[in-house]
Amino acid sequence: MSRIEKITPAPLLSVRNLSKRYGSRIGCTDVSFDLWPGEVLGIVGESGSGKSTLLSCLAGHLAPDGGEVVFATVNGPQDTLRMSEPDRRRLARTDWAFVHQNPRDGLRMGVTAGGNVGERLMAVGTRNYGSIRDAATDWLGRVEIDANRIDDRPSAFSGGMQQRLQIARNLVTGPRLVFMDEPTGGLDVSVQARLLDLLRGLVREMGLSAIIVTHDLAVVRLLADRLMVMKSGHVVEQGLTDQVLDDPQHPYTQLLVSSVLQV
Amino acid sequence: MTDQSYNFAYLDEQTKRMIRRAILKAVAVPGYQVPFASREMPMPYGWGTGGVQVTAACLMPEDVLKVIDQGADDTTNAVSIRKFFQRTAGVATTEATSEATIIQTRHRIPEQALTAGQILVYQVPIPEPLRFLEPRETETRKMHSLEEYGLMHVKLYEDIARHGSIATAYAYPVKVEGRYVMDPSPIPKFDNPKLSDSPALQLFGAGREQRIYAVPPFTRVVSLDFDDHPFDPSKAPHDCDLCGASESYLDEVITDDSGGRMFVCSDTDFCRTRREAGHAGRLGEAQFSSKKIANSFEGICPPTGDEA
Repeated sequence: MSRIEKITPAPLLSVRNLSKRYGSRIGCTDVSFDLWPGEVLGIVGESGSGKSTLLSCLAGHLAPDGGEVVFATVNGPQDTLRMSEPDRRRLARTDWAFVHQNPRDGLRMGVTAGGNVGERLMAVGTRNYGSIRDAATDWLGRVEIDANRIDDRPSAFSGGMQQRLQIARNLVTGPRLVFMDEPTGGLDVSVQARLLDLLRGLVREMGLSAIIVTHDLAVVRLLADRLMVMKSGHVVEQGLTDQVLDDPQHPYTQLLVSSVLQV
Repeated sequence: MTDQSYNFAYLDEQTKRMIRRAILKAVAVPGYQVPFASREMPMPYGWGTGGVQVTAACLMPEDVLKVIDQGADDTTNAVSIRKFFQRTAGVATTEATSEATIIQTRHRIPEQALTAGQILVYQVPIPEPLRFLEPRETETRKMHSLEEYGLMHVKLYEDIARHGSIATAYAYPVKVEGRYVMDPSPIPKFDNPKLSDSPALQLFGAGREQRIYAVPPFTRVVSLDFDDHPFDPSKAPHDCDLCGASESYLDEVITDDSGGRMFVCSDTDFCRTRREAGHAGRLGEAQFSSKKIANSFEGICPPTGDEA
């Protein structure tokens, strides 16, 4: 119920006609959607369908060729593509978070777990060691990492722990929008399940909005409220997750859904 | 042709102009690393090629040069650079901090307070304070330009997490005039407070990394820290064993292989001046300077003039 109360009449992120080309090849083209506060959007598609390109364009890692990405900042809606770079980078370390597929891309491997979690706090100006330490301990607990591992480096962690640490590091500043690129890729099935469980809990508890790119339909079934299916850079179908997965309309979606292995 | 292509103090005219322009820019933007086209110097990288170029660009015929290496006037690096400028510029040299107009230093600030009109030239190995945390130059430049310095505190956090206190003892990062975070070159953090509000001009030259930066006179330089772990300019808790000074930065010297050790001022000029003034420490006694001894000999047997 509390989630519904938080919903405001304006979308959190509003994307219009976003396109990115790599020379003559299409990265993604004519992507438009609205993301509402508290909503989790899944983007699925086979490898090379442009879903990672789309995510990078949304998060400001790639400069798209056209379109607009309007984010509801604290000072009202702003097109992040036309924002000044300092503003965009500030957004990226406060209101936004990005969870990489490979935790090595998102973590500082030479810095302890506590330092990794504390980095965003220090980046926004926290200068009290004790409070940084407390926040790090708290967040390690929330992602089920034992507090006595706080002074270990991520290289001493297992893959699943590294991924959970990356999530803690991203969520510590209380972002409103999280971009996730294959957050469960490269993890074995039981660890995946645990991570998904954790993610679902955090997203619900914090009222986060999230955009999750994955090729794993089970992940979106579990996490996403709404689903976008991409093929060759185009969005071929979008709708409520259960609706798209249970009653796929586009031939490609039908193929995708029917090729999931059943055990 | 050859004599015209060389200028006073080793550098050719174009190089001298280029370096002086870089210095002016550095002084105008305190703490900002100005790229410059560093030349090869007749000494290896790591021996102060950046400092030498900055010194050469600042030297005037009437200057008095002092060169120190870790505070000492008589170590290889200091002696060779001093000789270099004696030969190539013919300037007067000194070991006394108060007499010098330009002091080139490797990793120390003299104990004696600097005065207006003096120039302190630092030799810098790696000018980028963020380098060991962020290897990409493009990224560190962006971080400087956008004033994103959170990462610097991650380093200090790591120190406390691993060692219980900020263990960085040298090259301790500072913020210059509330804007740029700067590596003060590997001076001990004991010297950091002397960077701030100094009446002397402080120039930093990194030859291999091709950067010049500066702290103009009377500039506020603050060492970074945490609220609950404030900056502490620590030194060995001893007095100098030769001159008895309690406030100077000390070197620890192992004197035998059964645990014997002594602490001596790292600033040799400071220590000598004090001993000449009659101060003595645990192991030293007040001594005459070699000059005084030489003078006393001269009184007995006047110089014959053969040595010249």
